[in-house]
Amino acid sequence: MTKVRVEIPTALRAFAGNQDTVELAGETVGELLVELASAYPQMKKHVFDDQGKLRNFVNVYVNDDDIRHLDKEQTRVSARDVISIIPSVAGGSDHSGNGALTQQQVQRYSRHLIMPEVAMEGQQKLRHARVLVVGAGGLGSPVLSYLAAAGVGTLGIVDFDTVDFTNLQRQIIYSTGDVGRPKLEAAADRIRAMNPDVRVELHEDRLTSENALSILRGYDVVVDGTDNYPTRYLVNDACVMLGIPNVYGSIFRFDGQASVFCRENGPCYRCVYPEPPPPGLVPSCAEGGVLGVLPGIIGTIQATEAVKLILGKGSSLSGRLLVLDAMKMHFRELKLKKDPHCPVCGEHPTITELIDYELFCGIRGEEMEAKDLGKEWEISPKALEEKIKAGDDLVILDVRNPEEAQISRIPGSTLIPLGELPERVAELNTADQLIVHCRMGGRSAKAVEFLRSVGFKKVKNLVGGINAWAEEVDKTMARY
Amino acid sequence: MKVIVPPGILERMRRHGEETYPHECCGFMLGSAEDGMQRIVEIRSQANERTESRENRFLITPDQFKAAESAARKAGLQLVGIYHSHPDSPARPSEYDRDHAWPWFSYIIVSVKGGKADEANAWQLKEDRSGFEALKLEKGD
Repeated sequence: MTKVRVEIPTALRAFAGNQDTVELAGETVGELLVELASAYPQMKKHVFDDQGKLRNFVNVYVNDDDIRHLDKEQTRVSARDVISIIPSVAGGSDHSGNGALTQQQVQRYSRHLIMPEVAMEGQQKLRHARVLVVGAGGLGSPVLSYLAAAGVGTLGIVDFDTVDFTNLQRQIIYSTGDVGRPKLEAAADRIRAMNPDVRVELHEDRLTSENALSILRGYDVVVDGTDNYPTRYLVNDACVMLGIPNVYGSIFRFDGQASVFCRENGPCYRCVYPEPPPPGLVPSCAEGGVLGVLPGIIGTIQATEAVKLILGKGSSLSGRLLVLDAMKMHFRELKLKKDPHCPVCGEHPTITELIDYELFCGIRGEEMEAKDLGKEWEISPKALEEKIKAGDDLVILDVRNPEEAQISRIPGSTLIPLGELPERVAELNTADQLIVHCRMGGRSAKAVEFLRSVGFKKVKNLVGGINAWAEEVDKTMARY
Repeated sequence: MKVIVPPGILERMRRHGEETYPHECCGFMLGSAEDGMQRIVEIRSQANERTESRENRFLITPDQFKAAESAARKAGLQLVGIYHSHPDSPARPSEYDRDHAWPWFSYIIVSVKGGKADEANAWQLKEDRSGFEALKLEKGD
């Protein structure tokens, strides 16, 4: 009869005289196993169950193939084959996470529990879900609040900012007393006060190509509450690479959008927006403003989608872009398709690891442009103050919008918004010493460049804008 | 029998349990075995391959097992045991653990309560599969 080599795993060797390989006679795997059990009787109960069937964590391989994919125990063997017993290892606690809710939890979640779409099973899914919210700002505030209230067991938050007075008009997870505190700390306090069942995981970091995969890994759902293109592309690409659904939302002034990306067969953000807009073309909320209520609407849509994904119920926004015009209070829905040529989620992806997203979005290009002005075209707030005190003949040109001029103004300044400058340049005189300012210095740098190009030589940009002036010179003036 | 585990390694098992909480973590323990004693030299954390019920179940597949065994061999070590966590549950084997346990291996179980690693205990399946024997968990260096 054929003798066949059978490899014994370490865990069973003690029962086979500490041999790692034994030679047994048999034509099939089944015969060899019976032979093994009779040669080493103590091994029997570890390999077979009480009914004499192979235990489900005992895997038998003929060479590299699991016998479950061959003819099971009837698989024929020859002297050339090597049979090995390879363990799979299983275990776990008695505590089924589906253990009963406490009385108080039943009350807390009762309005979920009585609905068939959620019920006890769904509430347990929420309890075991891990959701990461990137950005604890306008969108993150309602997302975190509602997911915490809904009983999502683990909420991760990524943010590195501190709470600022300008946040309070829309970031409702913060109170006036939180100004100056790290956002993560303030948000975590609020979440724990709302619902002590929630475990909060804090990632006090800027999301980067280096840390994104390790931060996102292990979460079931990611909610994108970012306010800039580099991070949005980074979140999207990392979600595609890790296979995590990405609940997207964005807001600007009175307009909002929401969708769900990175679902099976659904598009990702790049399928829809392969390239970011040119830097500077789309203003951020800090530059263009946003209706404070708007992130409340879009954020609660994101929270709803996150809950549905966890429950596995309903139709998600995957493949659909919801577009809101709050001024008309009009919702539209655009169909989105997965792009088979998408560089990240397409059939032949060209981006297989995270890239430099700031470079991709041209942020650095923009900075360089501003820096290119050179020192001789700039003036600091202190230097400007001295010139004014010395009685120099100056024209201070404010290139902000009229709404901004109503907030704060350097006395005696002339207001010509940047957009109107080319047609109103005749109102200025090349002989005058011109100091140009905006809020932070970006728009005025563009104005200085334009003025230089049309022949102005005595023109300087106020570095840091009127906000720097308010900070360094006129402390009674409000920054915004 | 006793299991000797350097404090740094025990700490890594505890960390792993905290990281995967509320799900169970799992991994291999590599080291050497002599009469009445196992010395853990290294651990290899594994992804919990369960697709559901990861809060109270873990699974390590045969492929993971083969890879760990060959890594152990390369390092001149042996696979001597398995560690896993019990989220919000005590650091003692469950009936499910018993039903699925391998003999000879030592099993270290870390209890993780509310995301914080708590007690850790070491166990070994009795030869008649009737239950586990508690092992002495000794801190090596």
